[in-house]
Amino acid sequence: MKSLAELAAIREKMKDKVILREGSGETRVVVGMATCGIAAGARPVLNAFVEEVSKQGLSEKVTVAQTGCIGVCRFEPVVEIFEAGKEKVTYVKMTADKAREVVEKHLKGGNVITEYLITNV
Amino acid sequence: MTELSLNILDISQNSVKAGADTINITLTETEETLEFVIKDNGCGMDEETVNSVTNPFYTTRTTRNVGLGVPLLKLAAEQTGGDIEINSVTKEQDPLIHGTELKALFYKNHIDFTPLGDIISSVVTMIQGAPDIRWSFVHTAPGKEVTLFTDELKAVLGDIPLDNAEVITWIKEYLKESYSN
Repeated sequence: MKSLAELAAIREKMKDKVILREGSGETRVVVGMATCGIAAGARPVLNAFVEEVSKQGLSEKVTVAQTGCIGVCRFEPVVEIFEAGKEKVTYVKMTADKAREVVEKHLKGGNVITEYLITNV
Repeated sequence: MTELSLNILDISQNSVKAGADTINITLTETEETLEFVIKDNGCGMDEETVNSVTNPFYTTRTTRNVGLGVPLLKLAAEQTGGDIEINSVTKEQDPLIHGTELKALFYKNHIDFTPLGDIISSVVTMIQGAPDIRWSFVHTAPGKEVTLFTDELKAVLGDIPLDNAEVITWIKEYLKESYSN
């Protein structure tokens, strides 16, 4: 059974890391979570980003956030990636699988996956 | 929407946008019905706004002039023979107890009932998106009760935010376990 003691353990472990993280956050993954996004399948996309960023050990560098309607509802689920010093990247018609791929190839590997870009639909 | 849990997630965002610091979600099931209530202490809406939110051509979004969140929910409820009800008090009307309460009633045995779906993912998504809000989630059904109060988690976590990846994973596992018991 899950217990609050496990949360206390997480707290102990994270104590030092949190201070570290406040200064960085150089990459932001933003998932559109308005009605249009949710109806098109943004929830599993968001959750895949949250899980995979953590699994790939990128939590200190990458923040996963939610936003409202990005304005291109017909391309939902839409994900924007903001990296310090780089141009914004917009991925469209995302799925949980594509999200995991973006974490691995783009956020970890540094290579934008051009076939999922808004400019290619 | 393919799952009611997606409507619940969508509607909860309205409470977040209303500036609420406390949002309570209750789901109550009987053999025949499912009712959910989303109650917040946000800015509230005046009567005119309450009357217009079920109109698809009313929206707070700035990117276009349609808003389908509440209309889609109303449709989902009414197509089962149920309904939605919205009560709201603005900050101006009452600076102490302002906020909005939305109730939606569904008849589960109706052929057009949308299944609840993955409510755990919705709850986790709500918390991840607005970790500073005090969330409470209570789901009761015959022979079952699942509860989550983020206040209790925060008391243990101190300054570790609720959207920390390990905390989010814990919440998900905790809810999964609670549902399987």
